[in-house]
Amino acid sequence: MKSLFKVASPALVVGLMLGLGLSATAQAAGPATPNKKVEWSFEGPFGKFDQAQLQRGFQVYKEVCAACHSLHLVAFRTLGDKGGPLFSEAEVKAIAAAYEVQDGPDQDGEMFARPARPSDKFPGPYANEQQGRAANNGAYPPDLSLIAKARADGPNYLYSLLTGYYEAPADVHLNPGMSYNPYFPGGQIAMPQPISDDQVTYADGTPATVDQMSKDLAAFLMWTAEPKLEERKSLGFSVMIFLAIMTVLFYFANKRVWAPVKRGEDI
Amino acid sequence: MASSSYEPKNRFLRAFNQQLPILSLVHGSLGAGYRAPKNLNYFWNFGSLAGLCLVVQILTGIILVMHYTPHTSLAFNSVEHIMRDVNYGWLLRYVHANGASMFFIVVYVHIFRGLYYGSYRSPRETLWFLGVIIYLLMMATGFMGYVLPWGQMSFWGATVITNLFGAIPLVGDSIVTFLWGGFSVDNPTLNRFFSLHYLLPFVIAGVVILHIWALHIPGSNNPLGIDVKGKQDTVPFFPYYISKDALGVGVFLLFFAFFVFYAPNFLGHPDNYIPANPLVTPPHIVPEWYYLPFYAILRAIPDKLGGVIAMFAAILILFAMPWLDGSKARSSKFRPLYRFFLIVFLINALFLGYIGAKSPDDVLSLGGLDISFLTLGRIATFYYFLFFLVIVPVVSRRETPLPLPKSINDYVLKGGKSAPAE
Repeated sequence: MKSLFKVASPALVVGLMLGLGLSATAQAAGPATPNKKVEWSFEGPFGKFDQAQLQRGFQVYKEVCAACHSLHLVAFRTLGDKGGPLFSEAEVKAIAAAYEVQDGPDQDGEMFARPARPSDKFPGPYANEQQGRAANNGAYPPDLSLIAKARADGPNYLYSLLTGYYEAPADVHLNPGMSYNPYFPGGQIAMPQPISDDQVTYADGTPATVDQMSKDLAAFLMWTAEPKLEERKSLGFSVMIFLAIMTVLFYFANKRVWAPVKRGEDI
Repeated sequence: MASSSYEPKNRFLRAFNQQLPILSLVHGSLGAGYRAPKNLNYFWNFGSLAGLCLVVQILTGIILVMHYTPHTSLAFNSVEHIMRDVNYGWLLRYVHANGASMFFIVVYVHIFRGLYYGSYRSPRETLWFLGVIIYLLMMATGFMGYVLPWGQMSFWGATVITNLFGAIPLVGDSIVTFLWGGFSVDNPTLNRFFSLHYLLPFVIAGVVILHIWALHIPGSNNPLGIDVKGKQDTVPFFPYYISKDALGVGVFLLFFAFFVFYAPNFLGHPDNYIPANPLVTPPHIVPEWYYLPFYAILRAIPDKLGGVIAMFAAILILFAMPWLDGSKARSSKFRPLYRFFLIVFLINALFLGYIGAKSPDDVLSLGGLDISFLTLGRIATFYYFLFFLVIVPVVSRRETPLPLPKSINDYVLKGGKSAPAE
């Protein structure tokens, strides 16, 4: 990547300087405390999701978060996609069937409830925003489909937030019903500490610590936000190789084309 | 351009070309029939790159429109539908979103190239004016495109920018209502922005054709800024510059692909993945990075109307460059003092972009000295206008340029090669 940056330096200078400005902005709007850093399997140019981790993260979402948070952009079928949790077809059907969705109208003009199919999207816990607020002390639990991209440094932020519930320092005055979390902008969050040790029992026997569950969930939410991440990076690799070879060929072709001019010949 | 003498060898093509001399046109504008100075450096690649960007934006845009829905309640989810369900939709959208940034990077380098080598000077004023018009159209198009996903930054960016027109005395409020199509940024606003975002790129394409036409009358400027004296100073566009442009395209696409595949959201703002909500204002509203220097100028002026005027003046003043610059030489290569101020101008403009991304209340600490970004923005804005209104007119007329080479060919033969970048 170094040499690539070198050749593209004029454009890069502009891009980076302004990019730095932007990331500084994102920070200013973000949490006061810098995020904890986790080494994610999906980072870097060859990063891939850890399939077992996504399955565990899904379990945490289903058994814990789904009580309050919707996931309305995600279809059940995508749980079986490559580059995702890769549940089997039967598993996806079973997961979907455990949810109930509204359908209709039928021939009599009535709406009816039926078990969800893989083509359906995750139904949310509340009928509307007002119901959600009423159930949560006035705060509306946000949809989680894109949350990992809707926050600066998303996966690290989510991990930090989930593991960031501490005793409030003496000088912090908490409003009623709020919890202290230094990673949340303002330091006060309406969501009580959502996960505790052994809250779920992982099928693969992984110890369900808060730390582990937070990592698994953050990874799962990165997948829901960017389900084509693996496809993007693997296609990107082929494209970069292709472009690099093409550019090298252009370089030598250009050198050859210009040789007579460089020799000072009349053209 | 003068290549009516072009005769295709194939007799059918010859007959066709007689009836519609489009082959002559291509031959005379991009082929061997068009000759360009032999000393053009890599800064001259950015024109063809800008053209490539426009084509990429139009092609990806046309396909994105097939899946996008311009309605306040559907737009955000239709973009996510593209990202999740449309075959290679994620690629199309990331290319289009990053393509806008690439287009601006390329055009900013292209504009700076023009400033550095005096490409706006006679006989190329019309060419320069058309370029500034393209840039203005790009600003409008990019702004309206950023509104279409209907995320938080889309909505609030649209609100802030359209509200600027409210600063115009007497008719300001009416103009804002007219722009919105109502009394707030809402569905009519989204619909008209969508319509115009589809229209303007084709207007840009039209002005680009005029821009290239106007280029081919005097021919390209060059790093020495001296006129072409004869055939020995030039080489045919094909194969020499087609080949050199192809190399530039390769390097540029690597840069472009790096962002698309490995950092697709780096140049965007996380808040735009939150659906627009008129009831929740983001803590910090920022426009896309390519507007940041002008955003900083807007905020540097204490008066709203004054800020709006300064912001537009900062762009429109480019139109005056052919008159502001009175030097005998075009290229900064032979004007060391002017070149110094121009480089400072570049750094200052980049710094303005940095300031635009910060909150005016933020403070920069240098040693024990705390300076607010508002103050820094005012200093940088002052230099921005000082450069155009005082430094360019005075320095260009007072500074005696270094001796100019006799001819391009003479300079190249003496081992000047193509002029170095700086």
